[in-house]
Amino acid sequence: MDDRDTTIICRCEDLTLRDVQRAIDSGCKTLDEIKRLTRCGMGPCQGRTCRPLVSAQLSRVLKMHPSEITMTRFRPPTKPIKLKALALLKTEAGDEDHD
Amino acid sequence: MKQVDIAVVGAGPAGLHAALMGAERGLDVLVIDNAGQAGGQLVKQTHKFFGSREQRAGTRGIHIADELTKKLSTYTKARLWLSSTVLSYYPADQTLMIEDDAESIRLIQAQRLIIATGASEKLLPFPGNDLPGVYGAGAVQTLMNVHGVKPGRKVLMVGAGNIGLIVSYQLLQSDVEVVAVVEAAPHIGGYAVHASKIRRMGVPIYTSHSVKAARGEQVLERAVIWQLDEQWNGIDSTQFELPCDVLCLAVGLSPLTELLWQAGCRMVFVPELGGHVPWHNGRGATSVPEVFVAGDAGGVEEASSAMATGALAGLSAVESLGQCPDYAEATGAWSRELDALRAGPAGSKIRKGLQSLQL
Repeated sequence: MDDRDTTIICRCEDLTLRDVQRAIDSGCKTLDEIKRLTRCGMGPCQGRTCRPLVSAQLSRVLKMHPSEITMTRFRPPTKPIKLKALALLKTEAGDEDHD
Repeated sequence: MKQVDIAVVGAGPAGLHAALMGAERGLDVLVIDNAGQAGGQLVKQTHKFFGSREQRAGTRGIHIADELTKKLSTYTKARLWLSSTVLSYYPADQTLMIEDDAESIRLIQAQRLIIATGASEKLLPFPGNDLPGVYGAGAVQTLMNVHGVKPGRKVLMVGAGNIGLIVSYQLLQSDVEVVAVVEAAPHIGGYAVHASKIRRMGVPIYTSHSVKAARGEQVLERAVIWQLDEQWNGIDSTQFELPCDVLCLAVGLSPLTELLWQAGCRMVFVPELGGHVPWHNGRGATSVPEVFVAGDAGGVEEASSAMATGALAGLSAVESLGQCPDYAEATGAWSRELDALRAGPAGSKIRKGLQSLQL
């Protein structure tokens, strides 16, 4: 255990600096690749907190300017929702009444 | 599907001003906010604002929030949906998917969309940064100023921008000890008047210093501080410990831009504005004709500027619908106000950021 094991990068998925570093060492060069390997940014906050931190770490290790780091795709929904809500969604006229 | 002229996402200082511009000109305006109360960050701003009378000097943020919400409620065609979250924006048919407070979802079609989602707090990566006691400054303000709860007894403030300095002062007013303020930059970022006030109350401000680590068994007990060299690397021989049970991070904000990405707006990375922001023309127009941006989502500043950028984005959206006969006059006044807010040395960072946005 060293300092990298107690430095939290993604609070939602409980990922440390070591977890992120390991992903970069294994060849990840983009935020999406790190996300697919580690679930970084896939929790309730959807990456709002960790994205800048992972981006900064990638830019440091790969010696790239932060503007050159490829962002993740931003897909709906912006926060986790229940499937029930989607199932009950009415798309026809009259959805305003909610009945 | 329900249709509105203008949908505004976010009921903070920017969103409320944007909405008022539409409502005052007779348009159907829908404002959506995920909080249970309108006002955004204003609701925790118990301090009096600075500047001129136009900038509401002497008025407390929370009172500004009340006043704006009340004003909006006088327009029958303006609606405010609280405890509601915009889940997505589908640009092809200009549709928003919104979850309401009962967790059900509905679709709204909006001729124009104004994104005033604000910003989220930045976290710092240091060992122990998840110990209970490590807070963002926004959380500390919410605890103290909204709920009347002291976050702890001894606070170390990280960041000497205006947020760090003002929250430090509010902590002192609440009889909480502030052991020190540390600032990584070589200079204090906030206004000298705020810094002087807390210095007079005996709080040391360490510039070119940062947090090396937070330590404690179960909860935060002390912070390890060190000095930074010119390359912002910590110098081992300079480290020292400060006992504290709260470590408050006031180290900047990131614009909340998910919906702007979803809308297909051209995004630009501008560190001075807080990270990725949509390209915009200074009056809220983005690269997508139906989509406008206001407040911190378009570049992190402060509440007074958010009100002005909100008004400008609102006016631009109304104008694009052909409903703003007083556009030149109204935008002129708000633009002059915004220029005044950004003038002087305190505004140099934002001016630089806005310049590089246009490159």
